Amino acid sequence: MLTKAKDVVCTFCGCLCDDIILTLDENRIVRVERACANGMGLFKNYNPDLLSPKIRGKEASWEKAIKEASEILSSAKYPLIYGLSSTSSEAQRVSVKLAEALGASIDSTSSVCHGPTGLAMQFVGEPTCTLGEIKNRADLLIFWGCNPIVSHSRHFARYSVMPKGRFVQDGRKGRKMVVIDVRLTQTARVADVFLQVKPGGDFELLVALKALVKGKSLDAVEAGGISTKVLQELVTDMKACRYGMIFFGMGLTMTKGRDLNVRELFSLVKELNDHTKFSALPMRGHGNVTGADQVMSWLCGYPFAVNFSKGYPRYGPGEFSVVDLLCNKETDALLVLASDPVAHLPSKAVDHIMEIPTIVIDPAESLSAKKATVYFPTAMYGVDCEGTAYRMDGVPLRLKAPMKGNRPSDEEVLEAILEGVRRC
Amino acid sequence: MSKEKNGKEIVCTMISGRTLEQAKEMHSGKNSKSYSEAVGKVYVSPLLLNELGLAEGEKIVLKSSFGRAEARAYVDPGLPHFVVFIPMGPVANLLVGYETEGTGMPSFKGVQVEVCGAC
Repeated sequence: MLTKAKDVVCTFCGCLCDDIILTLDENRIVRVERACANGMGLFKNYNPDLLSPKIRGKEASWEKAIKEASEILSSAKYPLIYGLSSTSSEAQRVSVKLAEALGASIDSTSSVCHGPTGLAMQFVGEPTCTLGEIKNRADLLIFWGCNPIVSHSRHFARYSVMPKGRFVQDGRKGRKMVVIDVRLTQTARVADVFLQVKPGGDFELLVALKALVKGKSLDAVEAGGISTKVLQELVTDMKACRYGMIFFGMGLTMTKGRDLNVRELFSLVKELNDHTKFSALPMRGHGNVTGADQVMSWLCGYPFAVNFSKGYPRYGPGEFSVVDLLCNKETDALLVLASDPVAHLPSKAVDHIMEIPTIVIDPAESLSAKKATVYFPTAMYGVDCEGTAYRMDGVPLRLKAPMKGNRPSDEEVLEAILEGVRRC
Repeated sequence: MSKEKNGKEIVCTMISGRTLEQAKEMHSGKNSKSYSEAVGKVYVSPLLLNELGLAEGEKIVLKSSFGRAEARAYVDPGLPHFVVFIPMGPVANLLVGYETEGTGMPSFKGVQVEVCGAC
């Protein structure tokens, strides 16, 4: 019999679109409505059948796999827990408990996406707002180093460019859209203004814009590859708008300057608030990467790259962060929670993953899961297990479980490993 | 592994990032052939492809101070002349730097690479 589940939250990206309609037939998703291509893939390819865990590629009982994982972690001199961003905040909370019990380092995928944004927030503050404010008020939208048409496909329609808002009643016509990027991306092609910054020129461009906002004149014909005249026009638009918004992506955090780029962007927004209302939001990638930052901050005081070896949390981006720990060959056991470092970390880090025992907890058998010493195929949050996730603007949403759960959740597996570690 | 074609190596800036195809094939499974194909591409400007003497779909060799990678060349007219784009994934990560400059973040974007055709 066909059943419909309405207002389901899609956890593919930080948009957390909460209007998805699923049609189910005997606990299989047969139709997905309103989701983007990425969301479609997330729902349509999911098979909720109970699968056996694997130890070194061979099927094993859950009890045996929990025991093996607990022993690996307990006997390690320097375990690392990594991932966290595609699971519920409830599971994230247990992963921090496990890190504390092990005296381990714990890091989320933030360290390879918006970790530098976290560092910038700690220096300047966070000029934030909700997506609802943007929908209802923003008349100038700047997308800097991000390509939401590809990465956050419904962002335009639900939150930023297209919607008719309370104070932007003309929708798209009532908003000016500017894109700043190295490439003429799909997003740039639909912008009113596209500014093509030269590679590595973002910091220079931000400094120049801040100077112009402060009323200084520039002793240069261009900055970051863009003419001073064009920059002056942008500054005029920035000061004249009623509510300005900068969405920024990894074009700032992954390139030369990293946290310094974002620090300068936040400083620019701070200056603009002397003239009008302006905010900035990072375009968060994974569905609950914002939750990972939140949970780590409540429990440890720091958003990522935390070490518990002294019995209390210490913060160390560049020291306790995943790429550094793996490339320096410091860690001797790795627990991966809902992430795929083999696919997404630099090859030198992957080389070390191949040399150490790994435990992977993930609904899908990823490249990391294929290599894992112990692999746990778990339920997918927001599909066949409930939980909480934080939208990219920090708004927490409750996730329902539209499908009947056969598999254990990440939280349950982590609790069992924690129990096992305590017994070792 | 293919060999480099004789001819000059051109210095470019490599950036990596998400593509619709990479995201779509990720859902099909990262162990699938279609995923490997989706992340095994390198996008170049039409001018650069011409200078390399290659046609679309032919192999390019890319070398950075961190590693070497091979990928099939495709044109993106929106790219600057000396910028190449590779979908995020295992191929791009062969070239990515691992120095994090005290931030935890390696250089996934803005890596200097030398590119030439493969034979």
